[in-house]
Amino acid sequence: MSLMTLRDLTVLRGECPVVDHVSLNVEQGECIGLIGPNGAGKTTLLRAALGLLPASGDSTLAALPAPKRARTAAWMPQAREIAWPVTVERLIALGRIPHLPRGARLRPQDRAATDAAITRMGLESYRSRIATHLSGGEQGRVLIARALAQETPLLIADEPIAGLDPAHQIATMQVFEDLAHEGCSVIVSLHDLGLAARHCTRLLMMERGRLVADGPPSEVLTPENVDRVFGISAFYETTAQGPVFQPMAVTR
Amino acid sequence: MRLALGLIALVALLFLLSLISGQAPVGAGQSLRALIADDGTPLSVVMREIRLPRALLAAMIGAVLGLSGAAMQGYLRNPLAEPGLIGVSGASALGAVLAIQTGLSLMIPLALPLAALGMAVLAVLLILALAGPRGTSITLILAGIAISALAGALTSLALNLSPNPFAAADIVFWMMGSLADRSFAHVWLAAPFMAVGAALLLSLGRGLDALTLGEDAAQALGVNLSGMRLRLILGTAACVGAATAVAGAIGFVGLVVPHLLRPAVGARPSSLLWASALGGAAMVLAADIAVRELLPARDLKLGVLMALVGAPLFLHLIYKTRKEMA
Amino acid sequence: MRGCVRLSRIISLLAALVLTGATTGGPVAAAAGTAPKRVVSINLCTDQLALLLAGEDQIVSLSRLSHDPDSSSMAEAAHAYPTNGSGAEEVYLLSPDLVLAGTFTAPATVRMLRDLGIRVELFAPARSLEDIPERMAQMGAALGRAPEAGAMIARFHADLARLSAPPARRPRAALYYVNGYTTGDRTLAGDILRAAGFDNVATEAGLEQGGTLALEQLILLAPEVIVSGRDYPGQARAEEVLTHPALHALSDTRIAGTLTDRDWICGTPLVLSAVQKMRDLRLSLEVRK
Repeated sequence: MSLMTLRDLTVLRGECPVVDHVSLNVEQGECIGLIGPNGAGKTTLLRAALGLLPASGDSTLAALPAPKRARTAAWMPQAREIAWPVTVERLIALGRIPHLPRGARLRPQDRAATDAAITRMGLESYRSRIATHLSGGEQGRVLIARALAQETPLLIADEPIAGLDPAHQIATMQVFEDLAHEGCSVIVSLHDLGLAARHCTRLLMMERGRLVADGPPSEVLTPENVDRVFGISAFYETTAQGPVFQPMAVTR
Repeated sequence: MRLALGLIALVALLFLLSLISGQAPVGAGQSLRALIADDGTPLSVVMREIRLPRALLAAMIGAVLGLSGAAMQGYLRNPLAEPGLIGVSGASALGAVLAIQTGLSLMIPLALPLAALGMAVLAVLLILALAGPRGTSITLILAGIAISALAGALTSLALNLSPNPFAAADIVFWMMGSLADRSFAHVWLAAPFMAVGAALLLSLGRGLDALTLGEDAAQALGVNLSGMRLRLILGTAACVGAATAVAGAIGFVGLVVPHLLRPAVGARPSSLLWASALGGAAMVLAADIAVRELLPARDLKLGVLMALVGAPLFLHLIYKTRKEMA
Repeated sequence: MRGCVRLSRIISLLAALVLTGATTGGPVAAAAGTAPKRVVSINLCTDQLALLLAGEDQIVSLSRLSHDPDSSSMAEAAHAYPTNGSGAEEVYLLSPDLVLAGTFTAPATVRMLRDLGIRVELFAPARSLEDIPERMAQMGAALGRAPEAGAMIARFHADLARLSAPPARRPRAALYYVNGYTTGDRTLAGDILRAAGFDNVATEAGLEQGGTLALEQLILLAPEVIVSGRDYPGQARAEEVLTHPALHALSDTRIAGTLTDRDWICGTPLVLSAVQKMRDLRLSLEVRK
């Protein structure tokens, strides 16, 4: 079942296209990495796909009514915004808002979803801590848990692992992989091509607003693509411990 | 729940205290008996026509001001947002003064709250336009200073141009607010607007909770931001406009009350709405008791007392957010 | 310009109404020799005293308020003369040989005029009916019209005695103005009330001079009559207390409306018409009983 289809999605900033005729389809069970250099249009693409930005072309997600869309896709923005000193548990429970009937308080199933998200991100000991008092990386994990609590078939996260320590970066990518195994899909933008190569089932490579490559990591992370889009050379091999991608040198 | 019951009990207690405090030295029991049984005595007139509307207005005005403050802060995600500080009250006062000075309020009594509401809408729109969707403290406060100054100057101008020698003295009332000698006429004038405004603001709860995560995330959670903005503007304007039209600009309620209650509700913007409404009612009732008990012979303005409590807290908050403003 | 008028008007009205105990410099004898020929008055009350006592062609100019029928009891008579804005510059250019001012006239104006060599005669506001003959005598002396003043004083005493014959019963009354202000016995307005045969409830509230009487105190005092100040043009929130529903909820109280007008402001024989009106009000109360 298709979770999201984009057809010729285009976002203009003035005359200049920031996202340029992007078409793609997301099926169930995919862990998709969105890669590209700074300014390639990754964030804009994700926001436009969600309908948070005016765009031309089609996005099946943006076409949904807001409440339905909120039950279909969860969105974790890049800016880690936590405006008030609420507890971690309460913050994560905000992910249940799209599921709550009008005026209702949290129901048992909402608490269960919240607890599951907390467990998944390993945040049990943080439950009653004040979210704004946590470090940047910890806040990042809390916000991922918040998106998980939304329990949507599709999770879209903008640089969710930036600023996390290596252990938590790997653990988080593992969570995304697990979600894909369970039948959900995840679109995650990231700059760590090594993690992308290891954990994603599919990569989307963007350059100046255009989608220049779309496929399994081995087909996307070719030396030509990596050189042309990122301006680097890289070591990329499948080893006994899985694929290893290591950027080596700047080529320009 | 415990907090709600506690606040309700506090408001009820202060309401009673407000009813039995005044310049006339009469016992509490005797006063309350005269309130319940209309025996036609002067005391009964005092209780029913002067003290009861005064206490009601204090509670109503406090509630809507506390609520407006909590709603604005939740929407702008800024603890400094407060109708008085950012010029909404001042603009309402200007609207009220214009309605009175043009004689419009004599012909149509509703013109008074409507004019105050109209100017309040204008001020909120200006604030949202100037401070942007995520009001940073510095732009919010600068926009507020500008709007307050302009509204204050125009209010003074309108009153100075009045042929009535006492109009100029009214400037203090409009800038500082007072509940002295208000009547049921004022209660009925303000109540419908306050009810509509409060209903609009209370409906924002879930959206404000979602906004804790920022506009983008809130929108992705299914929150209709433009609908929220409209409800916030109209709700705040109706509440602050009606309050200011009958009692002048009373500042700092919406700043102090949410600040004090935020820890008690775990900083949840939706819970802070009703808590601030109850807290605001308690605070204005207490302040109005204080102005009568501290200096009974002088018509001490409510706003003076509120500023004495609120301004230091305001400074404290600015100090706390100075990093953000730097 | 308008602002200046407003301010001077408020000051003169307050000076007359509030009557805080200012002292006069004492009656100054007319300057030796001839009577002044160019008299300029810059105060509402001295305007009226001068109009009552001056000889023909003695007055050059009166204060601007003298033409205002709401404030001046002699506005009609005053229209025969030009007005001034009470400023030193304007007054000096009229080259007066006597300037009549109140003790509440801006001190800077008075000093400036005196420094310029002009004789300035200051009149204190009347705090009671008793003060009025003194003011008339002072004006008579200043204008060189002492005999005329003497006759007017005698007439005043006779009229007052006739109007203030002690009544059988003294109803309790309150003088109630904007912002809940009331005047007590030791004021001109209070004295008018007393002479007309009323007791002032402000005294019961301990306000001999006057001051703010909270609306609820007034209601609890339940006077038989509440007399309020004149209605000024334009709206002021300060006036709202006079229309508070609670005032009308008192069953045994008569709201006599806006009786205190221009006749109550200045210490001139014209206050007798105020006494007369209040006396009529009292008599009408007795008839109704």
